[in-house]
Amino acid sequence: MQAVKVSAGFKKMVLATILFPTILLILGLYHGVLQAYYRGGLINDTSFLGLEYYQGLTLHGVINAIVFTTMVIVGFGHALIAYFLRKEPNLKVAWLSFWLMVIGVVMAAWAILSGKATVLYTFYAPLKAHTLFYLGATLLIIGSWIAFFSWIPVLRQWRRENPGKPVPLAVIGIFSTFIVWFVATLGVAAEVLIYLLPWSMGLMKEVDVPMTRLLFWFFGHPLVYFWLLPAYIMYYVFMPKLAGGKLYSEDAARLVFLLFIVFSIPVGVHHQFTEPGLSQSTKMLHSLLTFAVAIPSLITAFTLAASLEYAGRQRGATSLLGWMFKQPFFDKNNWFFAYLIVGLIIFIIGGFTGVVNASYNVNLIVHNTAWIPGHFHMTVGAPVALALMAIVLYLYSQLTGKEIKLKGLALLVPYLWALGLIFMSFAMMYNGVVHGEPRRTNLGLTYLNPDSPLFKPEWVPYGKMVIIGGTLLGIAAIIYFLVLFATMFSKATSEGGTISFPVAESLHGFSGARWLDSFKPWIIILVVLIVLAYGLAIADVLSSTYGTSPGYSPVSPVPIQ
Amino acid sequence: MDRSEKMALSLGILFLVILFGAVLYAKSQAGVDLPGCVTDVEPYSEGKVDTLGDKRFQIQYVARMWLFMPSEVRLPVGSEVDIYVVSHDVVHGLHIVGTDINLMAVPGAIAYKRYKFDKPGVYYVRCHEYCGVGHQNMEAKIIVE
Ligand code: HEM
Ligand SMILES: [Cu+2]
Ligand SMILES: [Cu+2]
Repeated sequence: MQAVKVSAGFKKMVLATILFPTILLILGLYHGVLQAYYRGGLINDTSFLGLEYYQGLTLHGVINAIVFTTMVIVGFGHALIAYFLRKEPNLKVAWLSFWLMVIGVVMAAWAILSGKATVLYTFYAPLKAHTLFYLGATLLIIGSWIAFFSWIPVLRQWRRENPGKPVPLAVIGIFSTFIVWFVATLGVAAEVLIYLLPWSMGLMKEVDVPMTRLLFWFFGHPLVYFWLLPAYIMYYVFMPKLAGGKLYSEDAARLVFLLFIVFSIPVGVHHQFTEPGLSQSTKMLHSLLTFAVAIPSLITAFTLAASLEYAGRQRGATSLLGWMFKQPFFDKNNWFFAYLIVGLIIFIIGGFTGVVNASYNVNLIVHNTAWIPGHFHMTVGAPVALALMAIVLYLYSQLTGKEIKLKGLALLVPYLWALGLIFMSFAMMYNGVVHGEPRRTNLGLTYLNPDSPLFKPEWVPYGKMVIIGGTLLGIAAIIYFLVLFATMFSKATSEGGTISFPVAESLHGFSGARWLDSFKPWIIILVVLIVLAYGLAIADVLSSTYGTSPGYSPVSPVPIQ
Repeated sequence: MDRSEKMALSLGILFLVILFGAVLYAKSQAGVDLPGCVTDVEPYSEGKVDTLGDKRFQIQYVARMWLFMPSEVRLPVGSEVDIYVVSHDVVHGLHIVGTDINLMAVPGAIAYKRYKFDKPGVYYVRCHEYCGVGHQNMEAKIIVE
């Protein structure tokens, strides 16, 4: 497909949507490294340079996992729509979406930075944050919805104008992503609008904690697929092409995206396995449905491996596994491939450790230990983060017409990132399971502080590994921003204002099956599963929990009046 | 779907079935189960230990910012203990390191699990959910001797 020339307004809007969160990411990553230092026992204090541990952890979670992901995914979505459907979404609506998100982020950032919302990115009640924190989160979500709504008429029109033509795979992908997102965020919107916002404004004195948790995790699990699916789009649509091959099977790819719509929402209780107020049978059902999500992941593993094998054989690999090594791992002009493949390899571990978490009673060994952040940095912290960091560079370069500078360094980033991550995540996973190292904890004050009565000397070696890992990750991040800024401050070498993606052909093309070209049947199954899985969960909560709670500030055991 | 695709998918599903089978086996045969709904216990606000019989105990934990009550419990080896936890304020966690006691203390609900302490030693009872600025101080002990 030819490159598409976009309007000046559209170019500006996409650039703003991807650059704003990327600049914020600097702050989020900065505190990631600091967390590694506190948790490694290097900093034995409540705060560093004016930022308190849990305040910084709130920033880290909110910026990295919510703001950076959501906004870059929206920007990427705009670009996919314009390129694959050959028509730009309504620009005014897109700007409205952008400004709502920015205003929301500024509100929430103000609340966090002024110490009025140290509630972590899960904002579990009855810890109470400033109203602007909840309002900001709401605006961010509504802004992202509006972007999605601006794509729907474009797809409708495209279908009318191209009767009989299948919707391009990448568009199936991004629509699946946002259907998951829209349905998921209904849960958190309900949590915020019905409970937290009125409560934080003083309109409601007390809050129903178990119910807010249920609504939060209705959102919290599919959130992870919202992060992951854009990376999947890059893996399926771009990576085979970047590797010099073809997508093994387009049917498989379509099925995967559509299956994620079905299985992602009704499984949130797997984050609540160790909680009271939910029955064992509800938990078992959610565990089983979570296992079902492993099926699209298995199809993905096969299809992507087969696509890469094809590419490897094109490049002359002959032996059974030789294709694995015949990939353009170290070609600096193909840096994009490196970001994707490195993330994908790490995701294999991230995926398996995820199956551990989802396995009903096995969860008792890992729940809320450092294993969990160890696990999810291998899902969101590498595959998703690297894919999104790459797409920011890629789109920036195309839209501005500037060549990526320091390509050798750009190529180094994913490898260094992976190395750091492996140190950090393995240490946390091991010490979490073996010694019960807790997550979300300023270890530097007690468990890894030799002056504290709670000091645990046997944790020290793992703490050191976390420090090494965090440092490597920090260096990788600095290099990434060096590349981005060097590119920004360079002269354009072409006119820019275009978008083109490396789109792989498929080896086994689309069969044309109607159910693989339509969202409707999948949404219907989704609704049925939600009613079943969450009907049971709500019934549990209503029948086995009692009372409501006043709000608390994180600094005092006395309720807020 | 071609042959290799079918084979890969079947193997994958077989693998999942085996894993899930193991989970079900552990649940039904070895009795490793998750906590569920508790409706037959009155909400309480004092932490305490009760003796229910020979080597049978009940600990009612209260988690609060930023300590557990009771903070230290001594038990004879081989004790079978009913462990309850409620929260007095915000959400806390209760993880007895080295055991499968891993519970959330959620305001408005009572968490329960049973455990048999067969090995002597010091068991750390640790809060593993962020509960405010003192979260990293929240550790209690069970001493089994
Ligand atoms: C420089 C790279 C990074 C480092 C060194 C780092 C380090 C850490 C550490 C040590 C924790 C555990 C804190 C605790 O539980 O007390 C953590 C938590 C977390 N990280 Fe990162 N991280 C990095 C990048 C990322 C990225 C790119 C993402 C997502 C896009 C991410 C998402 C998260 C989330 C969601 C949490 C959990 C926060 C919570 O429990 O409230 N991190 N990170
Ligand atoms: Cu989940
Ligand atoms: Cu705590």
